[in-house]
Amino acid sequence: MNPAYSVILFTTASGAGYGLLSMLSLAGANHGRASTPAFAFSSLAIALALITIGLLSSTLHLGRPERAWRAFSQWRSSWLSREGVAAIITYPLALAFGACWSGIIDLPHLIAPLGYATALTCWITVFCTAKIYSTLKTIRAWHQPLTIPVYLFFSAATGSVWLMAIAYVFGRFAPAQSFLAMVALLVLIVLKFIYWRRLEKDPRTHTMAQATGLGEGVRQWEVPHTSTNFIMKEMGYVVARRNGQKLRILTLGLLDVAFVLIVLSPRWPWLSLPAVPIIMAAAWVERWLFFAQAEHVVGLFYGKENA
Amino acid sequence: MAQPQINTSPKNWDEIKTTTCYMCACRCGIKVHLKDGRVTYIDGNRDHPVNKGIICGKGAAGIKQHYSPARLSKPLIRVGERGSGEFREIEWEEALRTATLWLSETRNTNPAKLAFFTGRDQSQGLTGWWASQFGTPNYAAHGGFCSVNMAAAGLYTYGGSFWEFGEPDWKHTKYFLLFGVAEDHGSNPIKAGLGKLKARGTKIVSINPVKTGYSAIADEWIGIRPGTDGLFVSALIHELLHAQKIDGDYLARYTNSSWLVIENKGGPDDGLIARNAAGNPLVWDHHINRAVVANTSDATPKLMGRFVLDDGRKVVTSFTLIAERFTAEEYSPDGVAERCGVKAETIRRIASELAHTAFEDTVELDIPWTDYQGRRHEKTIGRPVAMHAMRGISAHANGFHTCRTIHILQIMLGTIDVPGGSRYKPPFPKSIPPNVKPAGRVGQVRPNTPLPGPPLGFITSPEDLLVDENGTPQRIDKAYSWDAPLSAHGMMHMVINNAAKDDPYNIDVLFMYMANMSWNSAMNVPDTIKALTSKRTDGEYVIPKIIYSDAYASEMVHYADLILPDTTYLERWDCISMLDRPISEADGPADSIRQPVVEPDRDVRAFQTVLLDLGARLGLPGMTNAEGKPRYPGGYPDYIVNHERAPGLGPLAGFRGKDGKAAGRGAVNPNQLQAYIDNGSYWFQELPDNMKYYRHVNWDYLDWATFFGFLPRPEPIIHHVYSETLQKFRLSARGHGKVQPPDQHKIRIATYFDPIPFWYAPFEGSMIDETEFPMHAITQRPMAMYHSWGSQNSWLRQILGRNWLYLNKNRAAKLGIAEGDWVDVISHHGRIKGQAKLLDGQNEDTVWTWNAIGKRAGAWGLSPDAPEAKKGFLLNHLISDLLPEREGGYRYSNSDPITGQAAWYDLRVRIEKSADQTAESAPQFKSFKKLKRAK
Amino acid sequence: MTSLPLNPSTKKLGLVIDLDTCVGCQACATSCKEWNAQGDSGPLTDTDPHGADPSGPWFNRIHGYEVKEQGRDDSRIVNFPRSCLHCEEPACVTVCPTGASYKRAEDGIVLINPDTCIGCKLCSWACPYGAREYDYMQGVMKKCTLCVDRIYNTNLEPEDQVPACVKACPTGARHFGDLGDENSDVSLLVKERGGYDLLPELGYKPTNKYLPPRARRETKQAHIEALPKSNGSPMEKLFLWADKLLNKGSGSVASGEDNSGKLEG
Ligand SMILES: Nc1nc2c(c(=O)[nH]1)N[C@H]1C(S)=C(S)[C@@H](COP(=O)(O)OP(=O)(O)OC[C@H]3O[C@@H](n4cnc5c(=O)[nH]c(N)nc54)[C@H](O)[C@@H]3O)O[C@H]1N2
Ligand SMILES: Nc1nc2c(c(=O)[nH]1)N[C@H]1C(S)=C(S)[C@@H](COP(=O)(O)OP(=O)(O)OC[C@H]3O[C@@H](n4cnc5c(=O)[nH]c(N)nc54)[C@H](O)[C@@H]3O)O[C@H]1N2
Ligand code: SF4
Ligand code: SF4
Ligand code: SF4
Ligand code: SF4
Ligand code: SF4
Ligand SMILES: [Mo]
Repeated sequence: MNPAYSVILFTTASGAGYGLLSMLSLAGANHGRASTPAFAFSSLAIALALITIGLLSSTLHLGRPERAWRAFSQWRSSWLSREGVAAIITYPLALAFGACWSGIIDLPHLIAPLGYATALTCWITVFCTAKIYSTLKTIRAWHQPLTIPVYLFFSAATGSVWLMAIAYVFGRFAPAQSFLAMVALLVLIVLKFIYWRRLEKDPRTHTMAQATGLGEGVRQWEVPHTSTNFIMKEMGYVVARRNGQKLRILTLGLLDVAFVLIVLSPRWPWLSLPAVPIIMAAAWVERWLFFAQAEHVVGLFYGKENA
Repeated sequence: MAQPQINTSPKNWDEIKTTTCYMCACRCGIKVHLKDGRVTYIDGNRDHPVNKGIICGKGAAGIKQHYSPARLSKPLIRVGERGSGEFREIEWEEALRTATLWLSETRNTNPAKLAFFTGRDQSQGLTGWWASQFGTPNYAAHGGFCSVNMAAAGLYTYGGSFWEFGEPDWKHTKYFLLFGVAEDHGSNPIKAGLGKLKARGTKIVSINPVKTGYSAIADEWIGIRPGTDGLFVSALIHELLHAQKIDGDYLARYTNSSWLVIENKGGPDDGLIARNAAGNPLVWDHHINRAVVANTSDATPKLMGRFVLDDGRKVVTSFTLIAERFTAEEYSPDGVAERCGVKAETIRRIASELAHTAFEDTVELDIPWTDYQGRRHEKTIGRPVAMHAMRGISAHANGFHTCRTIHILQIMLGTIDVPGGSRYKPPFPKSIPPNVKPAGRVGQVRPNTPLPGPPLGFITSPEDLLVDENGTPQRIDKAYSWDAPLSAHGMMHMVINNAAKDDPYNIDVLFMYMANMSWNSAMNVPDTIKALTSKRTDGEYVIPKIIYSDAYASEMVHYADLILPDTTYLERWDCISMLDRPISEADGPADSIRQPVVEPDRDVRAFQTVLLDLGARLGLPGMTNAEGKPRYPGGYPDYIVNHERAPGLGPLAGFRGKDGKAAGRGAVNPNQLQAYIDNGSYWFQELPDNMKYYRHVNWDYLDWATFFGFLPRPEPIIHHVYSETLQKFRLSARGHGKVQPPDQHKIRIATYFDPIPFWYAPFEGSMIDETEFPMHAITQRPMAMYHSWGSQNSWLRQILGRNWLYLNKNRAAKLGIAEGDWVDVISHHGRIKGQAKLLDGQNEDTVWTWNAIGKRAGAWGLSPDAPEAKKGFLLNHLISDLLPEREGGYRYSNSDPITGQAAWYDLRVRIEKSADQTAESAPQFKSFKKLKRAK
Repeated sequence: MTSLPLNPSTKKLGLVIDLDTCVGCQACATSCKEWNAQGDSGPLTDTDPHGADPSGPWFNRIHGYEVKEQGRDDSRIVNFPRSCLHCEEPACVTVCPTGASYKRAEDGIVLINPDTCIGCKLCSWACPYGAREYDYMQGVMKKCTLCVDRIYNTNLEPEDQVPACVKACPTGARHFGDLGDENSDVSLLVKERGGYDLLPELGYKPTNKYLPPRARRETKQAHIEALPKSNGSPMEKLFLWADKLLNKGSGSVASGEDNSGKLEG
């Protein structure tokens, strides 16, 4: 699939945003009002900024952004629609939570319920995003049980690293944060590793013979059109295997570096600062691969032996 | 949310006009939808005899042709060097005055110095007449480089032809052989026909080195080696003769098989038909055991045998000679198998299938008919074997004889114009050959004088040739000369290169219409471009003046001096006349018109109208009245309605007579065009059932055809399985008769003018080292592209914007060539580079590509980096227009020795992986400068 | 309404494409393009139409495949038109966030509402058959409409109320009808010829069916015996045959009665 930057930015930024927001709201839910309003404001602002940047860039991917509002209508059947709805619901909850958590509104007993609710909508939103991809039977690489956990843990990992960094800046760094990030990141690395291993191992499910119904030994000898078209641009994207492998190693490498920094962060808290760009870079490369290495079954009609 | 309400009955058009398509030569009836004066949609006309509602890939893309940015918009006169593409826009008056000036100078001195060649012309009725009115013999359309082999072989054998002069009886045939067809002139009818056969489960056998297209849906594919069909068909005949599976009655009654041929070795009459004093051919009567006049009802002619006439002359039936030829071992399945790459047992099986279908599986229609001898036949009986063949046969230097061999097979099986066989389309059958002789003989070309007849025709003896006493050709293309005596369609492919060599003479004006002669219709493009641009020592171009009418910015436009921009096919009047290539059905005659469905938005004029205007300005008799004023002031539509070739016979056969009720022959009807429009822009008359078959010998039909002017007399058209015409030329080469070939031509004429068809290796094969050039290179028509003019079409070029060179997989492996490699294709004449694709379904020794996809950068309104120019390529650069030297160092044209048909598919090549793998085809010609065109 | 119709009619309009007859002429492709360029789906604007990479939306594309057959060198060539199959359970519909992509309750035709489509392209990802092509110019998704603006169009002559591609097809390889009615011509054709679905395992339940290429008939048919091999001189045999012909036909050639047809060598 064509790795559209708007979509990559969307999933990585908003993923981190929702991760961070959920951490903050859970923190609030557990420890009550934020230590300082400044910390509350700026941390929430960063989370919402990440989310909003993501959502905006996703609309850039639309042919008719001005009609984006229509996308909320089909929550009954469409995960994309549900994602939109969840994303929108998150805003008021997050703001209400922020108001109480920071203390602008003095309703401490609401912090916990609002906190949990916000965290929940964050997870739901990320879950929906992952669902959009994992439900597509047409794309083997996405139609995988691990697609959803990977999305969720990427969100958690990136979010928790952001949390550490912000906390450090505000002198609120706590080893517990490192621990949280460590766990999230560790699980993520394992999941992603397994995910890739499984893709490598399980045999290509669909063949050109099935697609065309013409039996084994079928190949395309004449293209339907010598010029390109939407299908080829959108779904015909291929990365050389070798480059693909390199980038996977790069992803895991970056994640590992981030992990090491986090492991060391209790001793040298400032390390959580460089951890942010590193893990975001990892997310970016991983997401790019997620698209670029996904083969669509339509390729079978265009001459691919299997997909 | 509720399901949206949509309007399922939108009317996106204001009006629908019928006319005739011209996205190719098939001439289907179309319905053009218009909204706010713009063409919005084109579909097929269900009532139309040719396409009955269907439309092809090209036809449905007509809009993009009509609105193409490559359209010319105003007359142009060259200001830069030829080929530079530097022109100045001029007014029509200046253009016409210039042309008149150039042409009148020529006509005043020597009309033959005008070469008028009209390519894909569908108005040859007019253009040929114009040429003879002008007085030049140098006229022809594209037939010579197209398929004259098919036309000539058929018209000299059975009075009909493949091409679109006939068609298989799709409804009744039970076995169909298709030779060398990728697309055909009858693009839609043949597809519809194949569809019918498929629906009925009729067996289709496709003989073709390549298995794409029609071959892909055939029941059996014979991947023959190019140029060897003659062997394959001869072997089928061999088998049928060995088993005596032949329609003896058909041969005896309707062919010259039983005619007596004189055997007088070395004598002046050797091989001629024995005739009585009145000139009637003789047959040997079985009962009275004497020679009697042929084809009379009381004769019982012997098919086989040698006899002695009363006057002592030794004679033999022509069928005996034919049998002797084809029963010979050289034509046995085992004798030909290796050479044509078809297994002997396959040939035997097909022969038995043919025999079975023809003789055990006959069709009987309850249609009584009467033959020319007054014999009434209660039923119309048919042997349901049909065949069709086109350029795979014709585009070889042995195409004429190969095509005749196929006809002999058809005739031996008794399948011509019978139910289930191959049917004529009126005005065919015609006399064998049609009784028109080409004008332009010595003394017939005089200043300011029309020719005594049409420039094209059918000759029957050396006396008819257009040569002087030294045998020098009289035509610039050397048609009707010893180079190619039966070149019934001329030899357009030779004009430019001959003229540039002053061979046989130089010309003043080259006037062309609708032929991209500097590119895809030229053999040997590089030298053709040289010829167009070469100058004499005095700095004048060797071809001094070139006038060209095109509608689009083709390659050829860039090499002309004066350009007369034509309309598109949706902007003009046209008539698809029976005086030209007809659109008739086998069931009856038909013709049609084009009407302007939209007005031109540019300063362009219909070529035919311009031609009549020029004719009037030049004072050509037919085009001026007594006062010297234009006879057809209304232009082409005026001519279509009011011109009469003979009393009551005009360009259109339908709706004649004052009341518009007459058909075929009738007074001029001033409202004829409206009548056509009201009828869907065509006319069709279905024949009564008793005139639908056996028409060459069908009493009622022959009568009717004579009335319609198709035939001079209601006489039977006896098939010439033995061609006395060819024998006459052979005799002249043996030193007999008044007109004899110069020595240099003698061996060639004596060899190839064999009255009985035979097979010989195509010349490139025999004259070029087959080990150095082991492969055959051919082209195919892409179904969704029409020669050069499809590439400007923004829809069609998305489908086919570049071509590849297709190789057989196994052979490619041996050559170390992989899919996608760039390869050099090398012939004895040149070298090109293209990209390889591999295919299983093609003859191992053959490579092929789609025809005419490669474009010259800067032409056709395409950006210079268009794939057509950067990746596309032409085989034409490799095809020499001349053969290697022959006896006496003379280089004949690369054509069939009998008809002059261009031998495109004789090309032999060698394939090598290119040293330079950059993704660009070669050669790359200098890009044209952007031409002034329609916005 | 992106959810599939709750109570769809039994009517399932679709195409049946005969791969044994298709010659790959592209008539259906260009006819489709021109009809839809001027219809509700239009304009199907092409980018760079006369340049290096012309491209635009088409609803019907014709592939050329080569199929290796057991023990043969020459593969079979199959021309393969591909357009929307108007699936019964099309994810292209259910994934749509706006409801622009929908399946008609009355006849099962799958359509896109150009007024509500936001061009998110998700439906094209969900379609296994590459039937949806995005219109970059208009920013909306497009696809085969089964010529819904023709098949019910009372401004057209009745026999023209079929999809543009079906009317155009020169070989008659495209059939249009109700595959929900098992007695319709198309259903019978599918039964008779063993029509099949593309990628059934994905569970989209395509309505359109493909008729597989028939077995070839290029081996000896039992009822056709080989021609007798004439031993000795074929010419002698022909002389005998010719005389036999005359004696038999001695009446015939002269008399009115016609013998051709009965004649056997
Ligand atoms: N290698 C190879 N070469 C071949 C062949 C082959 O099989 N292989 N085939 C040969 C054969 S059979 C033929 S017939 C020729 C065909 O080749 P051409 O006779 O050159 O035919 P086209 O290239 O179709 O177009 C001729 C010209 O007609 C112009 N034209 C189109 N419409 C109009 C119109 O309405 N008015 C006017 N005035 N001009 C118009 C086009 O712009 C183009 O310049 O090619 C021959 N060349
Ligand atoms: N779509 C489309 N239709 C056209 C045209 C076009 O350009 N495009 N051009 C029109 C014109 S001008 C013409 S002349 C007709 C020509 O129509 P066709 O006669 O179909 O002409 P070609 O495409 O040259 O097809 C020649 C076929 O013969 C095969 N062949 C080559 N050599 C041999 C051989 O030695 N033996 C046998 N058995 N087969 C051989 C080739 O593989 C090819 O399939 O088409 C007309 N119709
Ligand atoms: S075959 Fe196609 S292009 Fe040719 S005349 Fe018919 S519709 Fe037009
Ligand atoms: S129009 Fe018919 S024959 Fe031509 S490609 Fe389409 S389906 Fe095949
Ligand atoms: S073919 Fe594709 S677009 Fe058409 S209904 Fe099926 S899934 Fe949807
Ligand atoms: S592109 Fe349009 S039709 Fe397709 S899913 Fe998005 S909104 Fe729906
Ligand atoms: S049914 Fe209509 S829209 Fe669909 S492919 Fe055929 S012509 Fe195109
Ligand atoms: Mo031609």
